[in-house]
Amino acid sequence: MDTVLPSTTNDLLVADHVRKLYPKGSGEDLLVLDDVTLTLRTNEIVSLLGRSGSGKSSLLRIIAGLMPASSGTVSIAGRPVQGPAPEVAMVFQTFALFPWLTVLENVEIGLEAQRVAPAERHKRALAAIDLIGLDGYESAYPKELSGGMRQRVGLARALVVHPRLLLMDEAFSALDVLTAETLRTDLLDLWCEGRMPISSILLVTHNIEEAVLMSDRILVLASNPGRISAEINVTLPQPRNRLDPAFRALVDDIYARMTARTPGKTVQGMFPGTGISLELRRVSPNLLAGLMEQVAAEPHHGKADLPALAGPLQMEIDDLFPVAETLQLLRFAEVAEGDIRLTDAGRRFVDLDPDGRKRLFSQHVLAYVPLAGHIKRVLDERGSHAAPASRFKDELEDHMPVLSAEQTLKTVTSWARYGEIFAYDEDTGVFSLDNPA
Amino acid sequence: MRRNDPARPGQPPLGLAGEGLTPNLYDLAIFILIAAAFAILAHGARQIAAPAERLVGQPIVLDPMNLPEYALRTTLRMFAAIVASLMFTFVVAALAAKSRKAELVILPALDILQSVPVLGFLTFTVTYFLRLFPGSELGAECAAIFAIFTSQAWNMAFSFYQSLRTVPRDLIEVSQHFRLSPWLTFWRLEAPFAAPGLIWNTMMSMSGGWFFVVASEAITVGDTTIKLPGIGSWLAVAIDEKDIGAVVLAVAAMAVVILLYDQLVFRPIVAWADKFRFEQTAARERPQSWVYDLWRRARLIRRTAQAMGWLGGFVERLVPRPAAPPVVVRSSTARRFDLAWIVLVLAIVAYALWRIVVFTRQSLDLHDVLVAVEMGLLTFARVVVLIALASLIWVPAGVWIGLRPWAAAKVQPVAQFLAAFPANVLFPIAVVVIVHWHLHPDIWLSPLMVLGTQWYILFNVIAGASAFPTDLREASTLFRLRHGQWWRQVIIPGILPYYVTGALTAAGGSWNASIVAEVASWGDTRLRAAGLGSYIADATAAGDYARVVLGIGVMSVMVVSCNRLLWRPLYRLAERRYRLD
Repeated sequence: MDTVLPSTTNDLLVADHVRKLYPKGSGEDLLVLDDVTLTLRTNEIVSLLGRSGSGKSSLLRIIAGLMPASSGTVSIAGRPVQGPAPEVAMVFQTFALFPWLTVLENVEIGLEAQRVAPAERHKRALAAIDLIGLDGYESAYPKELSGGMRQRVGLARALVVHPRLLLMDEAFSALDVLTAETLRTDLLDLWCEGRMPISSILLVTHNIEEAVLMSDRILVLASNPGRISAEINVTLPQPRNRLDPAFRALVDDIYARMTARTPGKTVQGMFPGTGISLELRRVSPNLLAGLMEQVAAEPHHGKADLPALAGPLQMEIDDLFPVAETLQLLRFAEVAEGDIRLTDAGRRFVDLDPDGRKRLFSQHVLAYVPLAGHIKRVLDERGSHAAPASRFKDELEDHMPVLSAEQTLKTVTSWARYGEIFAYDEDTGVFSLDNPA
Repeated sequence: MRRNDPARPGQPPLGLAGEGLTPNLYDLAIFILIAAAFAILAHGARQIAAPAERLVGQPIVLDPMNLPEYALRTTLRMFAAIVASLMFTFVVAALAAKSRKAELVILPALDILQSVPVLGFLTFTVTYFLRLFPGSELGAECAAIFAIFTSQAWNMAFSFYQSLRTVPRDLIEVSQHFRLSPWLTFWRLEAPFAAPGLIWNTMMSMSGGWFFVVASEAITVGDTTIKLPGIGSWLAVAIDEKDIGAVVLAVAAMAVVILLYDQLVFRPIVAWADKFRFEQTAARERPQSWVYDLWRRARLIRRTAQAMGWLGGFVERLVPRPAAPPVVVRSSTARRFDLAWIVLVLAIVAYALWRIVVFTRQSLDLHDVLVAVEMGLLTFARVVVLIALASLIWVPAGVWIGLRPWAAAKVQPVAQFLAAFPANVLFPIAVVVIVHWHLHPDIWLSPLMVLGTQWYILFNVIAGASAFPTDLREASTLFRLRHGQWWRQVIIPGILPYYVTGALTAAGGSWNASIVAEVASWGDTRLRAAGLGSYIADATAAGDYARVVLGIGVMSVMVVSCNRLLWRPLYRLAERRYRLD
């Protein structure tokens, strides 16, 4: 969808054809953001919705001036961003509070950096603390507060510098469900009553319901590389009700968009890389079996709506997607339009006893995960039937970042152990065919 | 010497950090550079040491009335050294953390320097400092302070460097986001984050420093004999005069000093530093200090803090704020600069190597090297046997104590006190015993090497056993593990990282102590155990600089090799396999 809008005077933020490349171990650079263009007007809340690997945090950091874009420009209030802009303040996922400073000192830190006189900054900090509902806690240290209270400090610290644009980086995802909801509602109340000195909010999230609940507009980011794949205007009136059918319909619609199969792409398209350099997600065989059982059982009978599964499993899409997609990679299931459907192999797997499951699993891993087949072949060919893991790690690092290579190799190891394809000795770092007795 | 905060086993102490077990190019280069520096210093010392200095200064009088003043002088030396070490730390560690090129040189240098026996190179520093301030005691004071400094600075700098490199990413982002000036970033982020580690290391360094302050007050280099007013000199005179009463008085005075240091400095500062601990949950027992509680209540302190804050704010206004966060460039130009840097370092190393050859050819041959290595192996055998013996005693004791919180609370402060107490004050008493019973010095002088350092094993093991998770203990009780199995599979893996830290410190300290422990005297009676320590001590007394350098070099190589071949792999194993979190 085209997101380029005619630039008007009330455009607070304009990101124009932003690309971001990270250097890899060797070979070409890794593209995390590809040609992202977005505009943020005054008086709106916009969500950047995407899964891990969609580069949404990178995009937020480029907008915040914490890292430069590889190409393209970002401008805030008409001025190009070349470092942290004074109009912007950010709330962090991890709260990022200084544990050795009190609540008051933490809130004052931005003003202190701006060299606001002590009396003035004291006054403003107290006002922000008051606004966010923290009065009485001024002299407490962060470690004495609950998670929700800590994030309130993070919010007060951002608001006290009177930003025009508030950036929120997964600000609610480290909180428990109830606390997160309270904080979201409080923030929306303050926003609707116009009591915060900000004119726009840009929030990054992987939680679809959060995006629908809070924003006027949702930008869906697709992964590998990150790019804007859809723009959705949310016209539901505030305050929104999660149980409202219109709300549910919108959430389901977004789920479907995020799992839509792109025509012309192979099944592996969801994982970056091809052949042995296919990047694998760290998903345990237990989790795979668990999801298959869930889908096969009542009331789904082999075909389930992913959002409907996410609820009872207590998982967010960020946790659920990799599992579903790994099942798809192993041809145990198919994922499309927000639904997951078990293949025949998947149904058979569920009915088998543990040994049968292991055998079926090992067949599928060897057939559909080229790296597993590659390691097995090397081990077969060698007289000793053993090979150091570092040999394969080096091979992988030619095609992917070091961390991904480690994760991929660990995943293959865990699958191979479950399927009893080959063994791995942690002490020596050697793959081998012999099974420890 | 190096120590680790037993409460934070996550950061490996200097000597254990680093990936490789084999020395790399930089290790070798730095070693050659340091050796050359010593060779050049020694060469220079030989040139200028010709006229024996007549020191003006009061002779040491064994009058108990003088003892408080001597104790005070000793303590002041200690504090002068710690201030110097802190300044060194802030500059060098910050440099290593901010510049990759500096880091490549500084890290191996710290690692090698901390294995150089401190008392060994007192020899030439004394000569130089005396030259710097002719005819006054100031030169000798500087030499003593410098000796203490070299026993403290390296591991403090390393701790600070480590902390600077591990500042959490999100807090760095916050600081960049709000555009904190470098000054404000240092005081609001970097210094508080590094504080617990640095303060712990500083306090442990100070504890270790008492040994060196006592040893460096009375030195004889060739014809020059220096006795600075202090407990160490008092002790030296007492030994010369065979005055056992004076020795006992010195031990008592030292005990009082260490007790005051422990109560008035060590504990309050550790209790204060606790507030900088990087944790998001409030739990755990906090370090207690009655002095710190008093201090916190005093109004004067709050006023002082306010004044300091005002001063800090004033400086803050002078420092420019950064416009944009620094962008890391890894381009081909940067790589070319790296290459130029390596070439430059190698060129200097080549020159250094040539200087070493020139220096050693004058006075040493292969035979001398063989003798030094043989002596080194003797001392090595002693260190191995003694650390093994100390471990056999203190590991079970430490485990027993550590698993009982009431006992740990009582014993831990005592163990820390004993680790700080300079064992060399007790040496004369041991020597009297050896002389009296006609014991063999080769064997009976040896225990002196671990007299002061064994406590590091004890209190690290206590810390490890105290931190051992209760659920694992309960599980092993429920499964009724046999005695041997419990030790082998439960508690030894559980305390291994702590034990390695303690044993490494103890071993490093013992090498250092060998220089004063392998040679002892009582009046005219001189006891001597064959070993590298006595080799260096004899060469020092004879003013034979070439052999001093050789001895130091051999000892450094042996200590570094032990760290690389034994302690580091053991620590890696402990970290990888037996991490409990």
